[in-house]
Amino acid sequence: MNDTAIQFHNISKQYRLGLVTTGTLSHDLNRWWQTAIRKKEDPYLRIGEVNDRTKKGSSDYVWALRNIDFEVKQGEVLGIIGKNGSGKSTLLKILSRITTPTTGMIEAWGRVASLLEVGTGFHPELTGRENIYMNGSILGMTKKEIDRKIDEIIDFSGVERYLDTPVKRYSSGMIVRLGFSIAAHLEPDILVIDEVLAVGDAEFQKKAIGKVEDVSQNDGRTVLFVSHNLEAVNTLCDTSILLDNGELVKQGKTGDIIEYYTGNRKYHSTLEVDDRKLLRPHFKDIQIKTSASQGIHYFGDSLSISLQVFFPYRVNACALSFQIKDAANEVPVVYNWYSTAGELKRLVNRNGLCTVAINIPSLRLYKGNYYFRFSLSDPRGKIIFDKVDEFFLFEVNMSKTSNEWGWPNGPKYIETTVCEVK
Amino acid sequence: MSDLRLQKTIIKPVNGLLEIDLKELLRYKDLWRMFVKREVITQYKQTVLGPVWFFINPILTTVIYMIVFGKIAKISTDGLPQPLFYLSGICLWNYFSNCLIKSSNTFVANQHIFGKVYFPRLVMPLSTIVSSLYVLGIQLFIFVAVYVFYVIKGVAVMPNAHILLLPLLIVMLAGLSLGVGIITSSLTTKYRDLNILFTFIVQLWMYATPVIYPLSIMLPHRQWIAVINPVTSVMETFRYAVLGTGTFSWLYLAYSFVFMCVVLGIGVVVFNKVQRSFMDTV
Repeated sequence: MNDTAIQFHNISKQYRLGLVTTGTLSHDLNRWWQTAIRKKEDPYLRIGEVNDRTKKGSSDYVWALRNIDFEVKQGEVLGIIGKNGSGKSTLLKILSRITTPTTGMIEAWGRVASLLEVGTGFHPELTGRENIYMNGSILGMTKKEIDRKIDEIIDFSGVERYLDTPVKRYSSGMIVRLGFSIAAHLEPDILVIDEVLAVGDAEFQKKAIGKVEDVSQNDGRTVLFVSHNLEAVNTLCDTSILLDNGELVKQGKTGDIIEYYTGNRKYHSTLEVDDRKLLRPHFKDIQIKTSASQGIHYFGDSLSISLQVFFPYRVNACALSFQIKDAANEVPVVYNWYSTAGELKRLVNRNGLCTVAINIPSLRLYKGNYYFRFSLSDPRGKIIFDKVDEFFLFEVNMSKTSNEWGWPNGPKYIETTVCEVK
Repeated sequence: MSDLRLQKTIIKPVNGLLEIDLKELLRYKDLWRMFVKREVITQYKQTVLGPVWFFINPILTTVIYMIVFGKIAKISTDGLPQPLFYLSGICLWNYFSNCLIKSSNTFVANQHIFGKVYFPRLVMPLSTIVSSLYVLGIQLFIFVAVYVFYVIKGVAVMPNAHILLLPLLIVMLAGLSLGVGIITSSLTTKYRDLNILFTFIVQLWMYATPVIYPLSIMLPHRQWIAVINPVTSVMETFRYAVLGTGTFSWLYLAYSFVFMCVVLGIGVVVFNKVQRSFMDTV
């Protein structure tokens, strides 16, 4: 007796970069010559370099996944997190049998259904009802199963009124609703979900997450869930794995993994020099002063920012903005200034370097990790002169003296209020 | 508690050449049916004439052939009325070339769906073969109408017992086009050159098949050249069965049948191998 649902044995996946051209043909012929005729090792399958998309490598081949080896238990809800290009989707694609691993093997017990997209195979000319049958059968349901579930599906989607109208007349939100409803009523043993919950309006997202929760908790199905929405991962998944550059970095309780991931993200503390930037107005230097040293800030204290903006030519209007983002990439604080009024008028028609000093008298962010995003653009935000993202990670602590009073689902920002009792 | 009823799936880099999961194909029969339905329903949606196009198409083609090959090139029709002769060829050839072109496009045309969800890829070309039967049915109906018209007018044509072979003929055309089609689609996932070439090949193939001419216009000792083409005996058998002209030979037909089985076999093996990782190259 074992209770494994999926066992990944050393999965690796290699991709070739660049275009399919005559070069590919010559590589193919060479590979065939080396492996089939001379019985040697595949010349292009050598253990290559790490897949870091920001750096230029010397080889045309990259490993999208490297020796992924782990196990998912039955009934487990596993989150997969990682940056763009870390191999999350490739992993799901291999598990969904859309592509094959280059080396390694996966064993899965039970029916696997994957939801890499909602509404796959929807035909715009077919009606909603016809498309339920179409999409349902693509996802592996039989006609009988769909017949049994169709009322539930229609009910869940909330597009009953449009059911006999061709899908091409639907709004994009309605298509997503219908698509997800079908998928949510699949009854696989293993459900694979990639980022699809990120679409649809807030109400529907909530409903969808609730449904996934329901599926995993009440029906005891195994769920693999990929999302950039760390909050959703946190609510849904007990355990998670973290992928980086195609390698499995860490595996464990979701809370720990998220903490490790957000704490480990690369934040700039100095500005990068980019030659292209120099020709446009740009940030030359940004200094941020938190109320305590080493990037610690106490709740309610003042925070000051000093910006050096360089204008290589005169502009007649501009806008300066910054946001403070939290670990889940959400933005609790936004500030905008326009050169049409106020202090920033003085940035107009300046040539060369000028300094902007900003002070937030009382920053009332709730405890957690935050970072900055700055942007300098024309007033309508159409031409962005310069932007700096993921800058200066800092931590907010609640109080210098007493212990922190943490709330389970904490707020993001606590406003000051005046309360009078008469 | 991994109970025994949970079926185990193994995903590995390379499968054996002959590991073809036909049971799985059966499990997806509802999907197969849906694709057929989708193709039939959507073909002429939002056109004014709708399914009437199924009629207009072969009629126009017949008229063009009558002018080009009948009037101008004066190619023999074995003494049969031209509409009857051409229509008999067009019905079967249209079915064959339809299936051929559509199944040769399987991977490229469906890469969007194939990239998002797994199902046995063979379902796609198989459903094309079935949905094209619908068009064939309509065209055969026109053929019968024209046939009856000429019988009433007193043209001496009479179907014979060989008409019972018609289902076999259709199966042979289906199998042949499926085989060639999926081989082509497997080869074109990486290099699209063949796809461009393929349109010409299909056109050439038609002229190599007795569609617009009878086999009898070739000298008897040269007929073997035409008979190498496995579609030839199918066409000739059909004409022989319904119109009483043309060449019928069990030997030729058996050759075509074996040819079809071999091509289909190779096709399924190649397709099965390519389908597993074509998403990386398409």
